[in-house]
Amino acid sequence: MAQEAVYSHRDPMLKKRDDFEDILEERRNSSDLRYALRCYTPVVYKELTLCKSGELRDLVLQSDHLRYVITQVSKETGADADEVQGEASAILEEMAHCLQLSTVRFFAFTLTKIFKTLFRSICVNEEGIQRLQQAIHEHPVVLLPSHRSYMDFLLMSYILYTYDLALPVIAAGMDFMGMKFVGEMLRMSGAFFIRRSFGGDKLYWAVFSEYVRTMLKTGFAPVEFFLEGTRSRTAKSLTPKLGLLNIVMDPFLKGEVFDVTLVPVSISYERILEESLYARELLGVPKPKESTSGLFKARKVLSEDYGSIHVYFGQPVSVRSLAEGRVNRCQFNLTPRHIPQRPGEEINHFVNDSAFRLVRAQEENMVLKPWVLLASLLLQNHHHGQKGGTALEELTEQAVWLRDLSRQCGAFLHWPEHAPPSEVVSSSLSLHQGLVSISEGRVQLALEQGGQGGPEEKLLNQAVVVLSCASYRNQALHVFLRPALLALAIVTSSSNNRQEVYNSFSFLRNMFSNEFILCPGATVQDFEEACYLLVKTGALQIPQQEVLITERGHRTLAFLTSILDPFLQGYQVVCRFLCEEATEALTDKQFVPAVRKFIIKHLLTGTLRYAEALSSDLQKNSLAALLRLGAVRRVKGGAEQGTLKVNKVMVNSLEDTLGGKLPTQKAAAARL
Amino acid sequence: MASNSSGGGSDRQRTAQQRLSIIAGHLQRPVDGNPAILAEECKAQESKPDASSEERRVPRRRQEIMKWNGWGYSDSRFLFNKKGQAEFTGKRYRLSGMIIPGLKDWMEGTFGASLQHKAPATPILNSNAIQPPNLHEAFVEELKSTGIPFSHDAEDRVFRAHGHCLHEIFALREGKFGRVPDMVVWPNCHNDVVKIVELACKHNVCLIPYGGGTSVSSALECPHEETRSIVSLDTSQMNRILWIDEKNLTVHVEAGIVGQDLERLLNESGYCTGHEPDSMEFSSLGGWVATRASGMKKNIYGNIEDLVVHIKMVTPRGVIEKSCMGPRMSTGPDVHHFIMGSEGTLGVVTEVTMKIRPMPEYQKYGSVVFPNFEQGVACLREVARQRCAPASIRLMDNEQFKFGHALKPQVSSIFTSFLDGLKKLYITKFKGFDPNRLCVATLLFEGDREKVLQHEKQVYDIAAKFGGLAAGEDNGQRGYMLTFVIAYLRDLGMDYYVIGESFETSVPWDRVLDICRNVKARIVRECKEKGVQFPPLSTCRVTQTYDAGACVYFYFAFNYRGLSDPVHVYEQVEHAAREEILANGGSLSHHHGVGKLRKEWMRDTISNVGMGMLKSVKDYVDPNNIFGNRNLL
Repeated sequence: MAQEAVYSHRDPMLKKRDDFEDILEERRNSSDLRYALRCYTPVVYKELTLCKSGELRDLVLQSDHLRYVITQVSKETGADADEVQGEASAILEEMAHCLQLSTVRFFAFTLTKIFKTLFRSICVNEEGIQRLQQAIHEHPVVLLPSHRSYMDFLLMSYILYTYDLALPVIAAGMDFMGMKFVGEMLRMSGAFFIRRSFGGDKLYWAVFSEYVRTMLKTGFAPVEFFLEGTRSRTAKSLTPKLGLLNIVMDPFLKGEVFDVTLVPVSISYERILEESLYARELLGVPKPKESTSGLFKARKVLSEDYGSIHVYFGQPVSVRSLAEGRVNRCQFNLTPRHIPQRPGEEINHFVNDSAFRLVRAQEENMVLKPWVLLASLLLQNHHHGQKGGTALEELTEQAVWLRDLSRQCGAFLHWPEHAPPSEVVSSSLSLHQGLVSISEGRVQLALEQGGQGGPEEKLLNQAVVVLSCASYRNQALHVFLRPALLALAIVTSSSNNRQEVYNSFSFLRNMFSNEFILCPGATVQDFEEACYLLVKTGALQIPQQEVLITERGHRTLAFLTSILDPFLQGYQVVCRFLCEEATEALTDKQFVPAVRKFIIKHLLTGTLRYAEALSSDLQKNSLAALLRLGAVRRVKGGAEQGTLKVNKVMVNSLEDTLGGKLPTQKAAAARL
Repeated sequence: MASNSSGGGSDRQRTAQQRLSIIAGHLQRPVDGNPAILAEECKAQESKPDASSEERRVPRRRQEIMKWNGWGYSDSRFLFNKKGQAEFTGKRYRLSGMIIPGLKDWMEGTFGASLQHKAPATPILNSNAIQPPNLHEAFVEELKSTGIPFSHDAEDRVFRAHGHCLHEIFALREGKFGRVPDMVVWPNCHNDVVKIVELACKHNVCLIPYGGGTSVSSALECPHEETRSIVSLDTSQMNRILWIDEKNLTVHVEAGIVGQDLERLLNESGYCTGHEPDSMEFSSLGGWVATRASGMKKNIYGNIEDLVVHIKMVTPRGVIEKSCMGPRMSTGPDVHHFIMGSEGTLGVVTEVTMKIRPMPEYQKYGSVVFPNFEQGVACLREVARQRCAPASIRLMDNEQFKFGHALKPQVSSIFTSFLDGLKKLYITKFKGFDPNRLCVATLLFEGDREKVLQHEKQVYDIAAKFGGLAAGEDNGQRGYMLTFVIAYLRDLGMDYYVIGESFETSVPWDRVLDICRNVKARIVRECKEKGVQFPPLSTCRVTQTYDAGACVYFYFAFNYRGLSDPVHVYEQVEHAAREEILANGGSLSHHHGVGKLRKEWMRDTISNVGMGMLKSVKDYVDPNNIFGNRNLL
């Protein structure tokens, strides 16, 4: 097929991925103590110029950049320069890590004990480790792990220690500092702490950015941070934050280093420790403040089985190659480089695009377990109202079908090769006993039917299970996202015309670009990729200007549209809320509680099927999308929080378009 | 001539003799086995006449004394003798006739070159391979009647069809010739040039001025698209000093004179210009003006723009010159700056008045070893800050230091080699310098004796603050010798599959280290990506200091065995290196000029309006593009 010839180079099936090695296996057979005390001599950056934390501090405080900002701040505030300098060094004191090998060894010992009880295995791609080692030697390295659990950064350091690699310094949120003892321990294992928000504080920004840059430039240690900024509660990747990425790219853009290597790392958990915690949080139970005692309460998690972890060190990405032909570095020639400047449009676009590409790289190397597919199927079956659950054999058949489909779409699926499918299914189900119930050979979500309390409480209890389950399904979303958007576009556009389907696709993609990782400006590529995949799986035929569904394609399309249906309906219900119930004085803060109440009402009356719409993540994302599209405006209201001004006509027409009641062009027109 | 003045009575002639021996210091072989002569006070030398002191003006048939397909004099070249030792032939240079034992190992070690793998050049120029001249009959007829000598001999034409870019020399060695000028004319004076330009305008013939032929910017290449008859205007016969004005310390010279002749003739009168570009043996005064040249000793004497007082240039619109020789004028934009750097696109510089200075009483070389390049740069920056730079100060990186070391001639006594060993031991073991990181600065002081010694102390004191150790005069002197023989060395490299070249830039102080590191790394990376089989030599030196920045010089060479189109690879890498330079805040060129090689970056360099300004000058001065070498714009 012509289509195939054109796009074959991007066949995700051809993606070569490395094999994994279980690092716990050796730990189970040899002394943990000897392991923790063994000789540690990592490969370091070839031009390493500095090795002590103290020197690093001096270097930061004496940097031209910081001195310039200190002078500026003292001029602006009228404060004495020494005073400002003192402030700067206090900020640095609060922020800086003090990596100590002894602490790392302590962690190496205790974490081994903990990991061995919690997890069956921790699998790492050793080729990735070798690439990383090479990269650390050649250029300053930035590690960019995905963020799904508190575990992530301890795990990262643990793995690097195990492989005798340079230990990273890690940007951590200040909230950890609340845990007194643990905070200090983390600091000694390489974490440095940054305030969650410091928008206007020039001095803070200067100290912070200089600190990170200096570590990078001198090759002090690999810098590690989370592109997503915070743990994803939904297991979907979050829209990347650009601040730190901007900082670490800066030394390259200004020529202070030859290159900076970015290494995306994908950490996938078979079972997430914070599973139900996240669901509750999304439903409105506020996140408990991190505290040491809270951590100990979490001890009961120690007795459970959390399956295995897969950590995939992705292909190192050179900032130099990313910037090639995209950024004209001459723009920095005309101002001394230590004077802080707001990055220009070109740089912002570049950093943003790079961030999306890196998050996509993380997504692509996430290992998916069979359970992820089962969760997707169980959720769909549940919503299709199958009473009494699905028969085990039927579920197995569906799972095998989905396994093949997901592989064709390029999923990095770990499906045991030699075990019979029924065994794979039942062992997956047993690991997630809390979420499923099996009775008389039929499987369904473990929605506590009995439960006491009012219907609302019952609903919320069920929603916890649904959201937990959805978080597993979400792990596979990136695989199906583009084909699913296409499937949805075909359904909503109710036309076979390729151009109309494209318009519809483009509309949906735009609508959902706060919800999913969709690279900005890549609509055409995404559309082509989706077409290619669906043609390849035999679900579509695209002769010339038409898009035709094949006989066997209906099942695929039905699955794909169902996978997005909760989001589609969720967004619609948010729109409906804004049209029907939003008052003049609706503030940002009131939005989530109000929309939640509205949704509960609809769920209870049965006009809405998807409890997932209760997720505050979905609600916030849909609001962000509406704000971005201009259907809602945020009006700054004096000392009070900004209020939301709703353009009801436009929101209404967006809702209708989402529901397929209006062609996409109308929605575009309504925007004007 | 210096040789004629031997035993001459006047003081002036004696100083001239001293001066000559100084120049000989970095140009010529040592006199009577006394290599340390320059380290001591200059004594009058009543020695036998040197070969170099004979009539050395550039002949019309340059090929009689110079290579047609390589650098410099035919009698001087590097070769590996029967024993496999490197040797430099001839009698002209300090290194001439000497064995250089370290060179073979260095070449093998650095490039993976081998004496077994030779890539010899085409030995003889095959005239049949050259396109017959496209002569403009009427122009030739009228030119004949003026009596100005001209030629359309193939060898003469080929000689003037190129500069010394790698691709130009590589093609010659392979016996390949592109478009060459159709004839060569040799005007004898300003008026001859006026006549030639008038005739060229009348008959619409393209003129390309040719001075010393040392261009490294493809400036002398004949444009492929040129369909008119191309006439190379060789200024070499306009080489007289017309007058010396001792009251104002100026000299009026015909612009075809080459550097070494100008200095020699002035030295006879006890003066010098102090302008010593590395190419001064062959490059001409007119060429310096046309490219905005820079001399090694600019810290004392200034660059060409500081030295020039008055310029006469013949253009298609007529002759341009100022009406007086005031030392500075506020008369609108300085028209000299349209001429300087015009690269032969506007006319021919025929006569120049420039500043002269009495010859320095005393000269002293020196060198400082630094533990690493960073410290060295910091020291140079401090020297510049204190404005106490010696006549010349250069900082070579580690690779170049090793390169310089490899060029050490065979030492005659065991004692010297023993001393060398001790020195090395002291620096690496006792002082803890890493031999793979240390770098060396070479120094040249000039002036009266007392001041030189004082100055020297000041500079060494600064160096000490940056961990620098004085490393002797010999090292310094050898460093400067290197610049004169490096071009010969390239020819040797090409005999053994090694190609390379140098390029330069100027950059603000705060970016010096970054640009050095990044450009060198870029070269290594590009070579790898382009399939070069051996690691390249990628090295640099900081070669001039200014108040606000420095001039950086890069050397880049690699072994091209296994590549089908080495020149193309070379050009791609050099292109990438230039992009890297620009991205790191470096300039397009410090003194080599733009020519055709770097034209593509001009617009970004000087902005659209800047281009428009230059273009409108060209359009006014030369509307028919008579000076059609198509450089610069």
